[in-house]
Amino acid sequence: MRPRLLVTGAATRIDGPLLFMRRTLNVGLNHAVSVQGGDGKIRLGRIAALDDEFLTIELLEASAGLALADTVVSFYLEPLHFGLSPGILGRVFDGVGRVLDGGPPVAIHHNFRIDGLPLNPVARARPHDFIETGISAVDLMNSLVRGQKLPIFSGGGLPHDRLAVQIANHARLRGAESRDFAIVFAGIGVPHASADYFRRSFEASGVLERAALFLNLASDSSTQRLLTPRFALTAAEYLAFVEGKHVLVILTDMTNYCEALREVSGAKGDVPGRKGFPGYLYSDLATLYERAGCVHGLPGTLTQLSILTMPSDDIGHPIPDLTGYITEGQIVLSRELDRAGIYPPIGVLPSLSRLMKDGIGRGSTHADHPSLSSQLYAAYARAIQARVLASVVGEEGLLDIDRKYLAFGTSFEQDLVQQTAARTLEDSMAIGWGLLRGLPISELARLTDAQIAQYIET
Amino acid sequence: MSVARISWISGPVLRARAQGPFRLREAVRVGERGLLGEVIRMQGDDIVAQVYEDTTGLRPGVEVRGSGALLGVMLGPALLGRIFDGLLRPLAGTATHYVEPGMRTEASLEFSFRPRMRPGEHAKGGAVLGEVVNAAGIQQLCLIPPDAEGEVTTILAAGRYGDDAPLCSLRTADGASRAVAMRHFWPVREPRPIAEWLPSDEPLITGQRVLDSIFPVALGGKAAIPGGFGTGKTMLLEALAKSCSADVIVYVGCGERGNEMAGVLDEFPRLADPRSGRPLMERTVIIANTSNMPVAAREASIYSAITVAEYFRDQGLHVALLADSTSRWAEALREVSVRFGELPSEGGYPPYLSSRIAEFYERAAKVRTLAGSTGSVTVLASISPPSGDFSEPVTSHTKRQVRSFWALDVKRAQARFYPAIHPLQSYSEDALDLAAWWGKVYADLAPDADVPANEWSEEWTKLRRRFLTLLDEQARLERMARIIGKDALPARQQLILFCAELVNEGFLRQSAFSATDRYCGPQRQARMMRSITRFIAAAEAALAKGISCEAIAAMQIVRRLERMGEDIAEDDAQAFADLSLSMESEFSDLVALTGAKREA
Repeated sequence: MRPRLLVTGAATRIDGPLLFMRRTLNVGLNHAVSVQGGDGKIRLGRIAALDDEFLTIELLEASAGLALADTVVSFYLEPLHFGLSPGILGRVFDGVGRVLDGGPPVAIHHNFRIDGLPLNPVARARPHDFIETGISAVDLMNSLVRGQKLPIFSGGGLPHDRLAVQIANHARLRGAESRDFAIVFAGIGVPHASADYFRRSFEASGVLERAALFLNLASDSSTQRLLTPRFALTAAEYLAFVEGKHVLVILTDMTNYCEALREVSGAKGDVPGRKGFPGYLYSDLATLYERAGCVHGLPGTLTQLSILTMPSDDIGHPIPDLTGYITEGQIVLSRELDRAGIYPPIGVLPSLSRLMKDGIGRGSTHADHPSLSSQLYAAYARAIQARVLASVVGEEGLLDIDRKYLAFGTSFEQDLVQQTAARTLEDSMAIGWGLLRGLPISELARLTDAQIAQYIET
Repeated sequence: MSVARISWISGPVLRARAQGPFRLREAVRVGERGLLGEVIRMQGDDIVAQVYEDTTGLRPGVEVRGSGALLGVMLGPALLGRIFDGLLRPLAGTATHYVEPGMRTEASLEFSFRPRMRPGEHAKGGAVLGEVVNAAGIQQLCLIPPDAEGEVTTILAAGRYGDDAPLCSLRTADGASRAVAMRHFWPVREPRPIAEWLPSDEPLITGQRVLDSIFPVALGGKAAIPGGFGTGKTMLLEALAKSCSADVIVYVGCGERGNEMAGVLDEFPRLADPRSGRPLMERTVIIANTSNMPVAAREASIYSAITVAEYFRDQGLHVALLADSTSRWAEALREVSVRFGELPSEGGYPPYLSSRIAEFYERAAKVRTLAGSTGSVTVLASISPPSGDFSEPVTSHTKRQVRSFWALDVKRAQARFYPAIHPLQSYSEDALDLAAWWGKVYADLAPDADVPANEWSEEWTKLRRRFLTLLDEQARLERMARIIGKDALPARQQLILFCAELVNEGFLRQSAFSATDRYCGPQRQARMMRSITRFIAAAEAALAKGISCEAIAAMQIVRRLERMGEDIAEDDAQAFADLSLSMESEFSDLVALTGAKREA
């Protein structure tokens, strides 16, 4: 994008991230601007409001250092766009799509608006291709499908980064080693060490050349964080729907994004909602999360794996709460399991994959996969209930059957959830059947007689 | 039409200087692309409008054109089997994969028409003008718009016509002439008139046991489905859309996921209506305003949907409106209200939230239509309370309006126990009115030997109460067990816990994945309820004879009762009779065996 018109000295007021100036040009709402202060720094912004005399610019980067007199505003006469070509793979960008790795600029074949447009529900194809991640708690219990948006709800100090890398490295369609996949990674306000961990892991597994990295580090402008996922998703949409690749997008950490949104909305004087977050947090998050899926007639897909850290591990906090209402399920990491030394510490009960039903069962994975997972869920829920009861009245106060469930719960966590190497779905299923054999047949109401004869009574 | 010019714009709200009269709530078109908006405030020469589409690029000086009419939709035979956005513009057939802002008017579609009126006849509003048949062969009625009345001067003969072509001409009371086409315009915020409200004494059968038998909803009733994320609101609504006994389903996805809409669009044309065997899509209208589509249109989509539902009701049909989710609608209300700087009330929502919710639910009813037939709109709406807290404003205001409340429970959902409806937090005020209808279902079954003939009509009421009491006792006993331990409970109370679990597993849980269990008709529900009740009675009797709770729990029959839903087909009365026989023999064996042991 190249600015088309320059205006100097028209600014009349600066208030937090808002810059007010006289309207000397006929520009439109949401059009992009870049603002250069006397300090020489260039800050991106957009036109947030217009009237006959004035216009309001919302700066997307820090406004410190700006002055009224010597500020130069360049107008682009169109919304923010991102210039794209297959050359973005293997490159590192900053949070607003500028090359960061010291390499040459990326050739531009297409210019995409970073806000994207809502995908027509009619054009969407139903996601149904099962992705094997090698993780039992995901593959067997909360299966991921191509085109799904499945966040990881985590907490400070939990190994979400390791899990995300593992999924990115292993994720593949069963039996196929697909070459047409790509990874788009957006680090939103992440510490340098975390960004580096991802980069090194991708390098080690050889996927870096198929990855585009967008880095907004913790030390970078916080308002820029509002743009980072948008640039990343624009790149991902381009790779998926123009280049026909199967793209896995990792956004981390969405909590930082929401904090930045709260900061900017507070500065704009929006009426604060729950915990000071603006009332439009849901709609705003939806404009990011909804940018995943499959499109009829196009070969590529866009799968989202966003990571968010739940403030004080509270799943009812507005950020995980609203995210859960938009995404197609969630993988919840449990501090309790982590403390018990179980990796991956996936809390199976609160985790969910809404699109699982479309990707598993006869014709996709295994005819008995749905029943097995449902029965494991029922039994594990009962085990947790028994555990709560036992913690109050002691194991002696339990009935015989509850003690059996207690044992089931422990082996479920240690044998199925915990794993050191990647497992195939068949391996995971075999472990699952094995666990169920520890329960009396009368407890297995979700299995058919045939399944019991085949897997339990052998 | 009047014209105004933008003087200020921010986000979806604009102010414009009017050069001519505008009306409050009038639909407007903005700019070259003709973005749809609505006048929401007037002040001197200025109007304030909210725009239902992306306003990027708009600027001061751009033209705002009045339409002369309130925000409304076109109602006609072209609705069935199709998908629309929140303002009832078709989503299929667009050039790109994206929803581009701007005007999308629908081309006229042709239908075959057969008149039912003759020249000279006096036509009242809402009267049947003729019949229309669409491409799928489905017959619909063509109505005189409710706001029109007069003498038919001309009417076209049977044939194929466009849905916007004038079919007939009316001479109104003031001598003017009014043309009537297959489709007509109706403002969405105005309820369509009816002749009178009718009492509801017939249930909307959903095919879900926990709903029909425990918390039923009447035709013309209103039910709310609140639940935190992941509790299965959408799954339940989709199950209802697939199997409920309505003639027409209006499904509005209000601020929800795009992939879910894609799922419905993928599945519905392939699934068959359990009653007619026709593709489900043929009886369905889908209104999709996904969460990333403009917020203001989300607010309008609920009104568009209920107006469409009323239009089918006026043809004498029973319509189910499934709304997912009303919280998103309320949030859209809040977002727009905040933009005007209205003083927020509870939870940041505008003070008129409660009255808006009341107005919406009031449009659900069973009625005598203007044409004299019976029709109904049943509203089944989900609520997404923040952090699953039912005391928040949207849930609490809704609770006062609905008659059925189907609370979804996180614990059940986490155990993949679907439908995750919590039996103690849910209720149905319609149950009393529907007792007679259910009584007849039970009476029509082969009479139960244990129930005297004069009590058949009471049987459902009794069984339902029995189940609810049992579940209530279970909750109480589990609290107690947490203090003293389960093994310290007396045998009788352990049996209650066991039986309540059987009610849960064998009756309330229903597998959406099993072809047999997906839909459960009233008669099968009645048979299942009887089987479980009979087991409980026999178990209690056995316990009295000194048989242990563990022995009862270990019976073969328990597993068969728990799997009745998946194992016994819809009309298989014989299987239930067999079940009953094996239950009796297993119990008598158990009693005999225990007796023998004791003697030995």
